[in-house]
Amino acid sequence: MSAAVPALALEQVTITFVSPDGGRYTAVRDTTLRVEPGEFVSVVGPTGCGKSTLLNVAVGLLQPSAGSVQVFGSPLTGLNPKAGYLFQTEALMPWRTARANVAAGLEFRGVERAEASKRADEWLQRVGLRGFGERYPHQLSGGMRKRVALAQTLILEPQLILMDEPFSALDIQTRQLMENQLLELWSANRKSVVFITHDLEEAISLSDRVVVLSAGPASHPIGEFPIDLPRPRDVAEIRLTPRFIELHTLIWRAMKQEVLKSYAQQQLQ
Amino acid sequence: MPSNSSSRSLRLWQLGLFLGFLLFWYVATSPTLLPPLYFDDPNKAAFFFGEPLKVFERTWDWFTSGTIYAHLWVTLLETLLAFIIGTAFGLGMGLWLALAPTASALFDPYIKALNSMPRVILAPIFAVWFGLDIASKVALGVTLVFFIVFFNVYQGVREVSFTVVANARILGASDRQLLRHVYVPSAMSWVFASLHNSVGLAFVGAVVGEYLGSSRGVGYLILQAEGTFDINAVFAGILVLTAFALLLDWVVTLAERRLLVWQPRGGETEKI
Repeated sequence: MSAAVPALALEQVTITFVSPDGGRYTAVRDTTLRVEPGEFVSVVGPTGCGKSTLLNVAVGLLQPSAGSVQVFGSPLTGLNPKAGYLFQTEALMPWRTARANVAAGLEFRGVERAEASKRADEWLQRVGLRGFGERYPHQLSGGMRKRVALAQTLILEPQLILMDEPFSALDIQTRQLMENQLLELWSANRKSVVFITHDLEEAISLSDRVVVLSAGPASHPIGEFPIDLPRPRDVAEIRLTPRFIELHTLIWRAMKQEVLKSYAQQQLQ
Repeated sequence: MPSNSSSRSLRLWQLGLFLGFLLFWYVATSPTLLPPLYFDDPNKAAFFFGEPLKVFERTWDWFTSGTIYAHLWVTLLETLLAFIIGTAFGLGMGLWLALAPTASALFDPYIKALNSMPRVILAPIFAVWFGLDIASKVALGVTLVFFIVFFNVYQGVREVSFTVVANARILGASDRQLLRHVYVPSAMSWVFASLHNSVGLAFVGAVVGEYLGSSRGVGYLILQAEGTFDINAVFAGILVLTAFALLLDWVVTLAERRLLVWQPRGGETEKI
């Protein structure tokens, strides 16, 4: 890795939740994660291992109980100003049209409405939703809403893009289309990406590096795997290459124990 | 959706029911058609229940002579003022208490108590405070509308999706922008959901206020007629009020369609 300042650095982060009745739950323990500028990092792990919690800390929605968060070298206080966040669930404002949703961030930052709308239209076109600007979220399909959300985040040109299983609710075809579109948009001007997923194939086909988390509670990284597949990639085709299968086998071996552990825990509950 | 012909036959049945009811009313109250079944005097049924033809005649007179318009206008004005003021207060208080947990905890028992109180009983007090003109009726309507709007706004703000709020904040919304672009629109959808209720209650406030003491309005007409045992005029007043309430409800439905265009409606298949 280069000696440049990392875009995001989580150092020895521990996150403990305290419930109202005094119970404690440590979701993440002693986790260190660095993301270089322009790097696409995926974090995979079994369900309930604290992946989303980690991302919420990176964006500043949660404060870590211990450890530090640094963004381009400066410690994070409050919300992360350099980050865009793509949520797993619906985050669009249902009372705004697709165009107004995409333009929202610019308007909040004081860009004039006409100018914001114009740029929103450009972004809608870029994510393949030209002519859908007047529609409300409920009039769009799940995949289209995700595109609007993507445009809404990317229009602000964040230096760091955090994605929390953004495509998990989509069907497999839509998902691969969205993944290719994401790679295309990302490679146009490489920003840092942290991509959370439970889908190992998705992680490998998109990323430069895959980080595997252990099963929760108190989950922590148990392995890091550089992905040396050539770019540009087509997510559907790359899954058939021998190197992909090798990497998949390698990472799955590390993950398997954790998935089984997590599964066993769920059975107990 | 029922087919066209079955919806037409439904309309016919509805009309038939109405005409049948009128016929029954007419026959049962006519002094000459039936021998008195219950009352000892053939005119007594008409005295207690009015006669449909005379009720319509009276209504017709009111509209053709134009005497009703001034009263209707007063009632409408009271309804609108009560609705607007009550909604504004409800919206303001609802937003404030939903976003300020300490104030909300402090006021909670008082709001519950005020809401449980039968507020129509305040009408005489308002008449003393604000006089017998429209102000006292508006005040009564406001107390009715306020709580409906207040509880809906409170609920609306509390139930804004956490993700939508977090997303807006990450997109750079300040607290004021969050209020304007997230909390208020979300609360407004709940206000509109209760629009039928709140307009209806504003109307109730106006009419009840007039009935309890006034010099103008449809409620006053009914009160007057009752004072002279003119039961036909009482029924005519009720008829006018009912028609007017239906009209208001229809206007609300139109407004709702216009303003809540972003909300999915059942059976809508616009998704592409």
